[in-house]
Amino acid sequence: MNWINAIVQGIMLGGVFAIAASGLSLMFGVMRIANLAHGDLMVLGGYLAAVSAKRWGIPVPLTILVSVALLGALGWGLQRAALDRALRTSDMAPLLVTFGVSVIIPNVLVELFTSNSEPLSIGQLGTASIHFGSDISVGWFPLITLIAAVVVLGALELFLRRTQPGRILRATSDDAPTVRLLGINDRRVYALATAISLATVALAGTLYTMKQGGITPFEGQLTVLFAFEAVIIGGIGSLWGTLVGGIVLGVAQSVGAQISPDLPLLIGHLVFLAVLALRPQGILGREAFA
Amino acid sequence: MTLQEVAEQRTALTHSSSLHARRGGKFAVAGLILLGATVILLGALPYVAVPSITGQLVKLFYLVALASTWNLLAGYAGMVSVGQQAYVGLGAYAVFVFNDQGLDVWSSAFVAAVVVGALAWPVSYLAFRLRGGYFAVGTWVMAEVARLIIVRFDSLGAGQGREIATITNDPLVRQADTYWLALAVMVLAVAVVYTVLRSRLGLDLQAIRDEEVAAASLGVAITRGKRYVYVIAAGGCAAVGAVICISSLGVASPNAIFGVQYSAFMIFMVIIGGIGTIEGPILGAVVYFLLDKYFSQSGVWYLVVVGATAIVVALYLPRGLWGVIADRTGFALFPVRHRVSADLRGEAAT
Repeated sequence: MNWINAIVQGIMLGGVFAIAASGLSLMFGVMRIANLAHGDLMVLGGYLAAVSAKRWGIPVPLTILVSVALLGALGWGLQRAALDRALRTSDMAPLLVTFGVSVIIPNVLVELFTSNSEPLSIGQLGTASIHFGSDISVGWFPLITLIAAVVVLGALELFLRRTQPGRILRATSDDAPTVRLLGINDRRVYALATAISLATVALAGTLYTMKQGGITPFEGQLTVLFAFEAVIIGGIGSLWGTLVGGIVLGVAQSVGAQISPDLPLLIGHLVFLAVLALRPQGILGREAFA
Repeated sequence: MTLQEVAEQRTALTHSSSLHARRGGKFAVAGLILLGATVILLGALPYVAVPSITGQLVKLFYLVALASTWNLLAGYAGMVSVGQQAYVGLGAYAVFVFNDQGLDVWSSAFVAAVVVGALAWPVSYLAFRLRGGYFAVGTWVMAEVARLIIVRFDSLGAGQGREIATITNDPLVRQADTYWLALAVMVLAVAVVYTVLRSRLGLDLQAIRDEEVAAASLGVAITRGKRYVYVIAAGGCAAVGAVICISSLGVASPNAIFGVQYSAFMIFMVIIGGIGTIEGPILGAVVYFLLDKYFSQSGVWYLVVVGATAIVVALYLPRGLWGVIADRTGFALFPVRHRVSADLRGEAAT
C-alpha cells in the first residue's frame, strides 16, 4: 500500500513539475531558447503574488492574476530588449543573457525583501485532502496544481497547433529567414510567445508559493533543473511530453523517498540521465535528435 | 585607384612570393618575456610579501585557471558547460582520498587533477549525447549527481564537509606552499591551453567552433577533439578544487564546493574578458577578482552588477574587453593565429 501511495503522491508532485516546466517547454522546445533564468523567474512570480497580497492587500486568489500580468509584460519586454538581439548574435548569447537574468533576480530579491521567507497563505486549502481508503490521501491543492498543469499544457498545445501565431512560431523555429521573406513580423510573435511563457511561469511560481506557504529568493536554482528534466524526459517540443516527463520525475523522486529519505533527488537525476542515455529524444519525442 | 590597378593588385596578391604567414603580432616576443618575468616575480613573492597578500593572490590564480579552462571548453570547442563545478568538487574531495592514503596534500592535488580528468573520459560519452542548451543542463545535472553521491560517504564528512587530516603545521610554510601550488596550477592551465591551441588539435577546435558540419566534412575528428578538451578542462577544474580545499584546510560545505556559482564565475570572467582568446579570460579573471575584492562587502548589489554586465557584454561586446583591445592594437600576448601579410604597395608599383 505504501508503494501505491508513493506513486500517487509522485503523480501529484509531477503536476508541480509539469506546470513549472510548461513555459520552459514552449521556450526551450519550440523557440530553442534555453532559459536558465526560468526558476528564478518562477520565484519572482511567487514574490509578485506574495507582495501584492501582503503590501497592496489584494485577495490571495487574485494575486495569481497580478503575477501573471506583470511577468507576462516582463516577458514581452525581455524578448524585445534582449533576447531578440541575443538570438541574432550567436548560439551562446541567449544562454548568457538568461544566465545574467538568473544572477540578477535572486540578488535583487534578497536586497529588497531579505533572504527570509515571504509568506503567502491559502489557509485551509493548503492542508485539506481527499481520502481513498485508509492509506491513500490526496491533497486538494496538489490536485488543483495537477489540473492546472493539464489545462495550461492543453491550452499551449492548442495555441501552437490551431492559432496563426502558434503556426508562425513553429515555422520561425524551423526557418526564420523564410518566415521573414513571407512578410511576417516574427519578432512580434516571439515577444508574444515569451510573454505567454512567462505568464505560465508566474502561474507556476504563484501556485508553488501557495503550496509552500511562502517563498525565498534562491529556491529557483533547484526548480530550473527539475523543469529542464521534465521537458527533456518528456521530449523536446512535445507539450504533452512535458506532462509525462513531469510525472515520471515526480514518481521517480517519490519512490526514491520511499526507499530512503535522502534518495529522492539522486533517483530523479539518475532517471533523467538514463533517459538521456537510452532515449535522448525523450519519451514522447519523435524527431531525430540532432 | 582605377579598376585596372585593383585587378593588378589582386593578381599580385595571388601570385606574389612576398606573402608571409606568421604567428604573433606586434610585441609578441616582448610580451612573452614580460610574462616570464612576471611569473618569476610572482614566484618570489612569498619571500617578501605578507601572507594576506599571497592569500588573496591564491584566489586570483585559481580564478584565472578556471576561466582559462572554461574558455577552452566553450570558446574553442563550443561546449557551454554549466556543470564544471562537478570537477571542482571532485578535485577538492579527491585531496581527502589521497591524503588519507598517506600522500602529502601537494602531491594529492596533482594526483587529484589527473584522476578526476581520467574520470571525465567515460563521463564525456554521456555528456556528448547532448549539445547546446541540453549540454548545459545535462552537465549541471551531472554535477548535482556528483554532489549527491559524494555526500553519501561518511568518510568524506557526509553532508557536513570535513577537514584535511594531515597538513604542514607551520602556517607560514603552509601559506607559501599553497601560494606556489596555486601559481603552478594557473601557469600550467594557461600553458596547456596555449599549447593545445598551437597544436593541430587547436586548429581542429577552431574549425569545430566556427562550423562544425564543414569541419567534419573536411575530416576533422570532431568528437575526439572535443573529448580531449573536456578531459583537460575537467583536470584543470579538479586542480582548482584541490587548491580551494587546501587553502581553506578542507571543505566547509559540499553544497558550496559543488555550487553552480563556480560556473557563474567562469562564464562571467570569460564573457567579460573575451571568449575565444587566451588573454581574455585572464583579463576577465582580474576584473572579477577586483570587483569581488572591492565591492563584495557592499552587499549583493555587486552581483546584480555582475549579472547586468554579463548581459550587456553578451549583447553589445560579444568579443569582450580583450576583443576591443586586440582590435585597436593588434596585440597578442599568446599568438595562436596565423596572419598573412604582403607588401602591397611594392607589388602595385611594379
